[in-house]
Amino acid sequence: MSALPVPSRPVGEVILAVENIALAFGGVKALSDVSFDVRESEIRAIIGPNGAGKSSMLNVINGVYHPQQGQVRFKGEVRRRMDPHHAASQGIARTFQNIALFKGMSVLDNIMTGRNLKMRSTLLEQALWWGRSRREELEHREKVEHIIDFLQIEHIRKTPVGRLPYGLQKRVELARALAAEPVLLLLDEPMAGMNVEEKQDMCRFILDVNDEFGTTIVLIEHDMGVVMDISDRIVVLDYGRKIADGYPAEVRSNQAVIDAYLGVAH
Amino acid sequence: MSAAAPAAHPADTFPRLLLEHARARASRTSIREKDLGIWQSWTWAQVLEETRALALGLTSLGFARGESLAIIGDNRPQLYWAMAAAQCLGGVPVPLYQDAVAEEMIYILDDADIRVAVVEDQEQVDKLLEVKARLPKLEHIVYEDPRGMRHYTQPFLHRYAQIQARGRAIHGDHPGLFEREVMQGRSGDVAIMLYTSGTTGKPKGVRHTHASLIAAARGGCEFDRLGPQDEILSYLPMAWVGDNLFSYAQALVAGFTINCPESSDTVMTDLREIGPTYYFAPPRVFENLLTQVTIRMEDASQVKRGLFNYFLGVARRCGAQILDRKPGVSAKDRLLYALGNLLVYGPLRNVLGMSRIRVAYTAGAAIGPDLFRFYRSIGINLKQLYGSTETCAYVCLQPDGQIKLDSVGLPAPGVEVKIADDGEVLVKSQAMLFDYHKRPDATAEVFDAHGYFRTGDAGFFDQDGHLKIIDRAKDVGRLRNGAVFAPNYIENKLKFFAYIKEAVAFGHERDMVCAFVNIDLGAVGNWAERRSIAYSGYTDLAGRPEVYQLIQDCVEQVNAELAADPMVADSQIHRFLILHKELDPDDDELTRTRKVRRGFIAQKYAPLVEALYGGKRSCFIQTEVKFEDGRRGIISADLRIQDAKVHPRHEPRDPQRAADAQRAVA
Repeated sequence: MSALPVPSRPVGEVILAVENIALAFGGVKALSDVSFDVRESEIRAIIGPNGAGKSSMLNVINGVYHPQQGQVRFKGEVRRRMDPHHAASQGIARTFQNIALFKGMSVLDNIMTGRNLKMRSTLLEQALWWGRSRREELEHREKVEHIIDFLQIEHIRKTPVGRLPYGLQKRVELARALAAEPVLLLLDEPMAGMNVEEKQDMCRFILDVNDEFGTTIVLIEHDMGVVMDISDRIVVLDYGRKIADGYPAEVRSNQAVIDAYLGVAH
Repeated sequence: MSAAAPAAHPADTFPRLLLEHARARASRTSIREKDLGIWQSWTWAQVLEETRALALGLTSLGFARGESLAIIGDNRPQLYWAMAAAQCLGGVPVPLYQDAVAEEMIYILDDADIRVAVVEDQEQVDKLLEVKARLPKLEHIVYEDPRGMRHYTQPFLHRYAQIQARGRAIHGDHPGLFEREVMQGRSGDVAIMLYTSGTTGKPKGVRHTHASLIAAARGGCEFDRLGPQDEILSYLPMAWVGDNLFSYAQALVAGFTINCPESSDTVMTDLREIGPTYYFAPPRVFENLLTQVTIRMEDASQVKRGLFNYFLGVARRCGAQILDRKPGVSAKDRLLYALGNLLVYGPLRNVLGMSRIRVAYTAGAAIGPDLFRFYRSIGINLKQLYGSTETCAYVCLQPDGQIKLDSVGLPAPGVEVKIADDGEVLVKSQAMLFDYHKRPDATAEVFDAHGYFRTGDAGFFDQDGHLKIIDRAKDVGRLRNGAVFAPNYIENKLKFFAYIKEAVAFGHERDMVCAFVNIDLGAVGNWAERRSIAYSGYTDLAGRPEVYQLIQDCVEQVNAELAADPMVADSQIHRFLILHKELDPDDDELTRTRKVRRGFIAQKYAPLVEALYGGKRSCFIQTEVKFEDGRRGIISADLRIQDAKVHPRHEPRDPQRAADAQRAVA
């Protein structure tokens, strides 16, 4: 995988800053005093051993969890309401560690649901397939077709998601997240459970998304080869604390990281 | 632009054919491609404009008369235009197999002196960049799909659209330039170079002129009455002679519409949406389709399954005769077939995307009789053809209504076919290669003293003048009585039975033909289970008397078929045995492409061969095998040897012709 050329993207200003986040479930401290920032158009990885608080961190960014302390600043604005709908309307989309698609629906329909927030016509108009709903659906369908083309899933357009192999379901989930035209894309273990070839494809797609649309990406991943190759900067969490933050080369040689996560053998 | 005056310049090159179509049927659809889920189409006038823009744009890269243009990618309209653009400038398009790895492309790109390559996308660009340092002659790469190419800054990379924009500007400044270039072309110019697969030695560049390709295309179009109303799905590799003939040459000669699938994974869906009238597929595609139908029918409700099976029975009985308009079908069968057409065959053809097919061809490998009959019986006019890259895939075609399973049909119009003394098929026609690129030695070798092309295949004409291809000429041997022995022909016949996986026939310089058989563990295992025959594994099952009886029935059926044909009647299988182990590439008994290595097997199992010919009833054998994990083991068994019933030779229907055929081979 080291053969993948990482293009030199112009990385911009800080788009997301999480500041002094502390999150606890009763007595369990999931996150304590974690701060880091994400710059525009960068690929930012969050790594750490199981239970380090990575998914919790994504859920905080995404507005699902309400941290007891700290704040999330997105596009220069401190978030007041912690609510996924609000986060989504601000341009944050995500995929899940365990695939969360509508199994009985076709790939196309699943991706169309990603356009939900962009639809302006009323329920009645949509039910009657009348007026602007008709025009709107054509526009949305075109956007979705571009994504289908982008992720090369033309051949499964009409297939119910439940019948697809795991690797393709992951790709459909990415497609649905992209359909929302996100500014910030959160990927929770996009390559878990994939074989080498599927991983290579997914890497290529993540880089392409970042490259083609300038989408900022925060991803959680366990495959160190992948993380080191595709991310611009890496945050390392352990037991809910940040133990390192920096460029891949720095993180790789950081003794605390080696001890906590990579293991001495690496 | 002003149209070419047809009288002064007959449409005898592909560029002139394009001009002619753009004039005569400007607003009719020439080509379609599915993009973003919608079929996009281009008219003949638009295709001419796009081609002209590209051609003139290529002149800005210095592309000149006589030069070769590499074309690499899936079947896309833009790549077909690149073929036309090269020809408009008097250049030679060289399509390459798009799935070849970079290493494999080096030889061809170098041999063809490629300076400019037109490729589909980033994937192909990456491959060329990988080997560019070793290709000093390669100067420019033009890519069609800009996706992922934003950060490629090399000055020798050009966007297809940019080259076309340059071409449009040139056309604005020099309006007559394009037409002048086209008019300079001669029908004797080389129109295309296609590389042979190179299974034996290095690939060779086969060069065809406009005249030879147009002769092949025109012959085929007239033979099957193809016209502007026809539709074809172009999904087979552009580097293959068949696609070049069907999707390019014939389309330009007949003016029909070609359709490019959305991607290689969507071909079956696209086929259904387009409903082509003219179709080509290798046997394995037809086999996969039938398997899918069978599997889906097994899951269908009982009523549907009952209907399906009943009407398929009717079709088997009379479908092929009805398709061929042959007499002798009872009124009752005709009525039942019409009903079946309404209830089963019609909907089935629709599901397969074959509702509108007038002509379908298969070639490239032997097609199983059941498979062939199935498609014909449900009303699909599936036929076979014979040809090669050197002969523009145009040697023999099966005429409508004269379909035989194991022949490849009559010599095509304008083609002369004869059988050499050693049984090799020789061909003379207009649709013949110009030469092998840079290989005068090879060119001289493939033509005999009288200018006939040596196909390398052995065959003969049957009583009705149909050509039968039996084997590669170098594999054909002789029985001791002088009769032809074509091992591959016999083995294929055996392998058409689902129960037989591999077969090896012996007989060269022997008194009779004997054979080794490998049973198909899946099919025979299933058969055994249904009969409550318990077995412990392959060796055990292969030695069962019931299985021997099963295989003997297969062998005797083959013998009956062989006996019906005087040319091969002597090749009936007298004795056979079922091997105690499966032939395996790991044990060097098969090649990696699963062809039997007859010589090696004869040596390795010499005691068994001796036992077959020595009249023994059984033979003990011990064989070392290699397991997948590298361990070695010994399999031993006491193999039974079975005699099969041999039929007397049938008297030929036309003794004179049979005698001729006999002489031709003797």
